[in-house]
Amino acid sequence: MRYESPTTAKAAVDLLSKEKGKAYVLAGGTDLLVRLRMDMIEPDLMVDIKNIPAMNEIKKTPSGGFKIGAAVSGAKLGANKALKKAWPGVVEATNLIGSDQIQGRCTMVGNLCNASPAADSVPAMIAAGAKANIVGKKRRTVPVEDIVTGPGKTSLAKGELIEAITLPKKAPKSGDAYLRFIPRTEMDIAVVGAAVSLTLKKGVVEKARVALGAVAATPLLVKEAADAIIGTKLDDEALEALGAACSAACKPIDDKRGTVEYRVKVAGVLAQRAAKIAYERAGGK
Amino acid sequence: MSGVHVTTTVNGDPVEFVCPADESLLDVLRDRLGLTGAKEGCGTGDCGACSITLDGQLVCSCLVLGAEAEGKKITTVEGMADGENLHPLQRQFIDNAALQCGICTPGFLIAAKALLDKNPDPSVEEIRYALAGNLCRCTGYDKIVRAVQAAAKDLQKQNRK
Repeated sequence: MRYESPTTAKAAVDLLSKEKGKAYVLAGGTDLLVRLRMDMIEPDLMVDIKNIPAMNEIKKTPSGGFKIGAAVSGAKLGANKALKKAWPGVVEATNLIGSDQIQGRCTMVGNLCNASPAADSVPAMIAAGAKANIVGKKRRTVPVEDIVTGPGKTSLAKGELIEAITLPKKAPKSGDAYLRFIPRTEMDIAVVGAAVSLTLKKGVVEKARVALGAVAATPLLVKEAADAIIGTKLDDEALEALGAACSAACKPIDDKRGTVEYRVKVAGVLAQRAAKIAYERAGGK
Repeated sequence: MSGVHVTTTVNGDPVEFVCPADESLLDVLRDRLGLTGAKEGCGTGDCGACSITLDGQLVCSCLVLGAEAEGKKITTVEGMADGENLHPLQRQFIDNAALQCGICTPGFLIAAKALLDKNPDPSVEEIRYALAGNLCRCTGYDKIVRAVQAAAKDLQKQNRK
């Protein structure tokens, strides 16, 4: 295996696209190096992106949103007060990943590209309307929900990597939240994750996005769930419809963490709770 | 051996080594630099026995490549004591019998120091959350938490002087 540590995105793209063998992008390494140590992968090349200055930055975008570099750790994300104030759901979701040791290294983009159906930060990013800035032969920007195509699989082509995640400007009277269910207080993989982002107009939900994790082969953006709360004051009837829409969207598997029946039920309950938090954060009463 | 040549700083000392590109920093520390304080418990980032700090950030050294250490500042448990004088955390771990077999102890010490550096007066809950990435199968954790509380008090006294 060769280890390369380029200092520009262009050099990283060149290395990845020219490699004839198996090439991997190394950000925090909290998934990749586990797979390396367990002999699940045999890389010919590992391209460390942490020495690319732009990928280590959290920047305000000209339109008032945030651009978060692909190498920004969970710890660094959690220490950014402006970002936490604007998008608390996204930051909290990322900070749920692993221990303090893991937070020192893990990244949102790594969580996305590892493409686990149970990734915590991904539903939160999808609900927030985050976009992935991809560099390769050409630059392209796609919604985060278009990246993961199946467990461990992404829509990125050879020679492409995600340079940053952009979050839109936080609208006035908006809020987001992510909740995950695990059988203990922390250090576990989601049985179900639910993220809600919404914007209010005179106390009524004007816009909403709802996303679920760990209930299908990929994280899900559930339009029917958003539609169930748009135009409402998140009353009991709306919450009931939200829960039902989330449960209906689930296509989970049975495994040691939860059964199909359990995941379907919990997805609805968690989405309702996340929606209430998002509603409060948006200033709704 | 074809390998990566790395220049780094460990516990304040300049260090150079050559290692294969896929070798972990934990293996470098233990097998090339003779610093056997950090332990391999799981090798998957779950147990925290290999905890070190990298540019001040608490990490699992089993999930860092040796090659990534280029130009960084590393601290390990070997750098905690000041000569013959143990760090208050080390002293209190002994006084509170916060270890039995000792395999997890270097990782707990490093993680606890990272906590107290950020938060000099943590609550029990904060201590337990901060040490959630370190596993101990002997003590049941209570004695470790008490040792960290006692060390926090010692450090506060020290800093008032």
